[in-house]
Amino acid sequence: MRLGMSLQEKECSMKAVEIFNREKTARDKAIEESLADFGIDADVRVSDAYYISGSLSDDDVEEISERLLSDALTQEYEIRSRRKKGSWIVEVRYKDNVSDPAEDSIVKAIKDLGKDAKAARTAKRYCIKSDISEKDVEMLCKKMLANDIVEEYYYGYEELEAPEPKITEGKAKNEINKVEIIEAGDEELQRISSEGVLSLSPEEMKAVKDYFRQKGRNPTDGEIETIAQTWSEHCKHKTFNSEVEFESNGKKELIGNLFKETIVAATTKIAAKKDWLVSVFKDNAGIIKLDEKNNFAFKVETHNHPSALDPYGGASTGIGGVIRDVMGAGLGAKPILNTDVFCFARSDYDGELPAGILHPKRVLKGVVSGVRDYGNRMGIPTVNGAIVFHDDFLGAPLVYCGTGGIIPKGMENKKAGKGELIVVVGGKTGRDGLHGATFSSAILDESSPASAVQIGNPIEEKKVLDALLEARDRGLYKCITDCGGGGFSSAIGEMAAETGAEVELEKVPLKHAGMLPWEIWMSESQERMVVAVKEENLDEFITVCRSEDVAATVIGRFTNSKRLVVRYNDMALVDLDMEFLHHGLPNQKRKAVWKEKSKEEPKLEEKNDYNEELKRILAHPTLASKEEVIRRYDHEVQGNTIGKPMVGVFNDGPSDAAIIRPEFGKKAVVVSNGINPRYSFISSYWMAASAIDEALRNIVSSGGDIKTTALLDNFCWGSTENEEKLGSLVMAAKACHDISVEYETPFISGKDSLHNEFKSGGRTIAIPDTLLISAASVIDAENAITMDLKKAGSSVYIVGKTYDELGGGYYYDLFGEIGANAPKVRAKEAKKNMETLTTAMRKGIVLSCHDLSEGGLAVAAAEMAFAGNIGMKINAAGIPNEVDTGYKLLFSESNSRFLVEVAKGNEEEFEKTVITAAKIGETIDEKKLIIGDGLIDADIDELKTAWKGTIKW
Amino acid sequence: MVKALILRSAGINCNDETEQGFRMAGAETEQVHVNELISGKKQLNDYDVLCLPGGFSYGDYIAGGAILANQINTKLKKQLEEFVAAGKTVVGICNGFQVLVKTGLLPGDGMKATLTSNYSGKFECRWVKLIGKDYGMEAPVAHGEGKFVADKETLKKLEDNNQIIFRYSSHYYPANPNGSLNDIAGISNKQGNVIGLMPHPERNLTHGNHPTWTRWTSKKGGEADGMKFFRNIVERMK
Repeated sequence: MRLGMSLQEKECSMKAVEIFNREKTARDKAIEESLADFGIDADVRVSDAYYISGSLSDDDVEEISERLLSDALTQEYEIRSRRKKGSWIVEVRYKDNVSDPAEDSIVKAIKDLGKDAKAARTAKRYCIKSDISEKDVEMLCKKMLANDIVEEYYYGYEELEAPEPKITEGKAKNEINKVEIIEAGDEELQRISSEGVLSLSPEEMKAVKDYFRQKGRNPTDGEIETIAQTWSEHCKHKTFNSEVEFESNGKKELIGNLFKETIVAATTKIAAKKDWLVSVFKDNAGIIKLDEKNNFAFKVETHNHPSALDPYGGASTGIGGVIRDVMGAGLGAKPILNTDVFCFARSDYDGELPAGILHPKRVLKGVVSGVRDYGNRMGIPTVNGAIVFHDDFLGAPLVYCGTGGIIPKGMENKKAGKGELIVVVGGKTGRDGLHGATFSSAILDESSPASAVQIGNPIEEKKVLDALLEARDRGLYKCITDCGGGGFSSAIGEMAAETGAEVELEKVPLKHAGMLPWEIWMSESQERMVVAVKEENLDEFITVCRSEDVAATVIGRFTNSKRLVVRYNDMALVDLDMEFLHHGLPNQKRKAVWKEKSKEEPKLEEKNDYNEELKRILAHPTLASKEEVIRRYDHEVQGNTIGKPMVGVFNDGPSDAAIIRPEFGKKAVVVSNGINPRYSFISSYWMAASAIDEALRNIVSSGGDIKTTALLDNFCWGSTENEEKLGSLVMAAKACHDISVEYETPFISGKDSLHNEFKSGGRTIAIPDTLLISAASVIDAENAITMDLKKAGSSVYIVGKTYDELGGGYYYDLFGEIGANAPKVRAKEAKKNMETLTTAMRKGIVLSCHDLSEGGLAVAAAEMAFAGNIGMKINAAGIPNEVDTGYKLLFSESNSRFLVEVAKGNEEEFEKTVITAAKIGETIDEKKLIIGDGLIDADIDELKTAWKGTIKW
Repeated sequence: MVKALILRSAGINCNDETEQGFRMAGAETEQVHVNELISGKKQLNDYDVLCLPGGFSYGDYIAGGAILANQINTKLKKQLEEFVAAGKTVVGICNGFQVLVKTGLLPGDGMKATLTSNYSGKFECRWVKLIGKDYGMEAPVAHGEGKFVADKETLKKLEDNNQIIFRYSSHYYPANPNGSLNDIAGISNKQGNVIGLMPHPERNLTHGNHPTWTRWTSKKGGEADGMKFFRNIVERMK
């Protein structure tokens, strides 16, 4: 329905249409609620505005609005409406140089209507009826409605004056600049590095200078950028690959290569026993055997810095990036699951917020929305995750994104050969995402570059995926990689490392006018893949892409020159020797120091009962129900989620791991994670060891088998320029080695992000040392098990001993204490326990199983009880332990422990199988959790209510 | 053999499991991209069943299903009308249901209805119980725009014509996950050969799909609720 033409209508290059909902919607109310948080009472209506450019008559716009943009039953439209009596009108939209993911679809739809459309942009308009000042409106725009890193906003009272978006598609600039370095002194070299966001050290700049002195010329802007990105921490993992002089409690040790001597060494030691390892460390993702037909590829990455600046865009491109990693593993895997783990400051944080930092609640909501919109649209179930809340993540929140995929056997290897064509597939290249790789290797501060943030376009990526899987199965390419950090320079630089390549950059389809050649070469625009296609396959390859509406463009050729040559219209942009580019990075020698921290155990009062403490721990946001988040993600798409993120009678209990059964087959993949940065306040070694143990416990509790379990490591640290920080990293890496060797669970892939600090006004906020361990185990699908109690009258066992290990745990946290005794891992006995537990499960005598982690025995028992809606009674005296107080028994976070429900009559068989298991109680009809003589005596519904009440919005 | 065409387009993402459902129900299946129908490379009338699966067609950037509905109405309207007139079956699941409603094929006969943002304003993934006209089933929903809305007159006609094929099991959240009027989860046209529903039967093809299957005493996999849906459609066309 047409509401009448606004007075403002005039000739313009873009037509604007605004779509209103007739009735107030939840979206309006949500904004009103957020305004109320600022103490503002308002009547809000949100509408959608579309800007369209094309040769369109007024009648055309009318028709487009009526037939396409609005819903006759619930909406009305108005053309160029920007007026509202008695209200403030605010328009928020992406900045002109930020890609609007809606654009392509809208342009396509208008063309389907037989109309002309060249470009389209979307905007949100907020009509706010309230007694507020212009200053208030400005504040709301800044703090709530817009993020000026990626968005711009306009507002006016009763009338809105907003300029039209400028569409600048077109040609690049023919300009290549020399960077004067061969005569530069040390100071000048550092100035060039820091002003260019190159993140190159003095030694590295000197190596670059020496190389070009030999060549007798200065580098171009493209060359210096290529080297900086190839040598970045993000791409080369310099710290992990450096030589480390390590001093630990006075003892000195020389580590030749930190990564190779810890993580890789562990896998090498175990590999001979694991015939299911297919591809480790060498590709975009690790690959293990799944079944007779397929292998399983798994990768987890971080996208921390972009998510700090723009949580929505950062998280969505984080997901998009790790999905492309899996799409580019081997000859390309099909993604079947996503996993997401976040670390944020608490959402109720009410302390000071340094300039440049977003409030943690806004970060949480933005990140969750980003994952929702990307994962759901790609059709990949988000099935596993965790959120850790601690205020030390205020300045640098962590966003881990993981993807698992299946790839047909025999497709794990790839190689680009001489003469093959370099084809870019997918989205256009723009000025967005410049310097992501080098930026992520620096510390965040107020001036961090906005250009490093983008908004993901999942539909483009889904089309690329569909086209590439078809091309893969037809054998149309022999090598593929994703365009991630560093863009073409990284993708082509790596693919051609052994051969060489010549690139004609002017052929790249562009989305922004006026780009410089080096910007095209370095752009990190999303949703692009690079493939190597033989000339004779090119036509068919392009036909396959076109049938899915995917662009594929030849931009060069692989050679055997061992040189990377890039031209723009015959001007030389890059001419580098591969040998120098990939092996010219000066070897780093670093010093690291580790000193045992002197911490003390707190002296806490003993109490008669701990019901309140248990409820408070259950309500801690890290432990509390994440249902509000989980239900925003589609965890059922693809129809193979046989182990859900939430389980139990009411589908709301916290499962230990996700279980996915690829392609309706007989095999399934159990996927879990382990993370607890709090232990690193005491010891990064035991923090890392505990993360591995937790990931494995989650696998075992869900019916997985540690004998078929592979691990991924993801280190997030503060700046390791600091010797002690590097020392704690060395200790964590050593723990990874020691514990994985003892458990015989190999690492297959991993990643590190080592500059997670925020600097503001002389203050540095560094994150706690954080290691995420992700685990995957292949099992027969029918062996899946869940943590919810199954029936009253069963016997309850505990496996594993309880030690005095509450340090860094959640009981001490109630009292603001950290303690000294972080949980250790005694892997030898734990391994036996885990293996025998799996044997018992395979005998079919285990009804449910849950691991003991944050909050210890009391929390695990409560979760099993309310998930199953069945009570539990535990006799404290039967628990194998070395503790002296009630609260230690209840809340110790000792590793490698499980609670197991065994059906009546199967006790003897169970005890014979898991010989260390101790029978400690039974499940009961009464809906109560009783531990000891009244240590805990609580209604399970009340425990559940406490657990469910924290995370809601 | 009943031939089922599973439609694909940019952003459709439930095509594989939907095809699996038809296959298990004994149909001969083929996934066809909408571009292939428009170009004439494939002909709709070579098939007995047209299924529009779930997903986010073209990103649903305007409204759920709106862009694919627009494409179908502008490029395939005649073919599709003939297909329906011939008594063949058109099925839309989730996004496919949104598409069918936005093309006007559902509820049909010029009746006006739409699927709009959930009452909660949130995307919601959860299992629901459905009360069916012919049979009930359990299946997950996963959508942000599933609230069925129509004017009073249309609602009355839908009831009178017996066009409501599935309802949520209660009027209250979360049993009715989106606030649909009359708890409507799925409808058909008057003739009963165009059907659409928001929940995903293709995500409940085997026992292992059910959220509480690990609580069942017999865990061995077999066919689950969702297969009733696919069998029913295939039987109809035999």
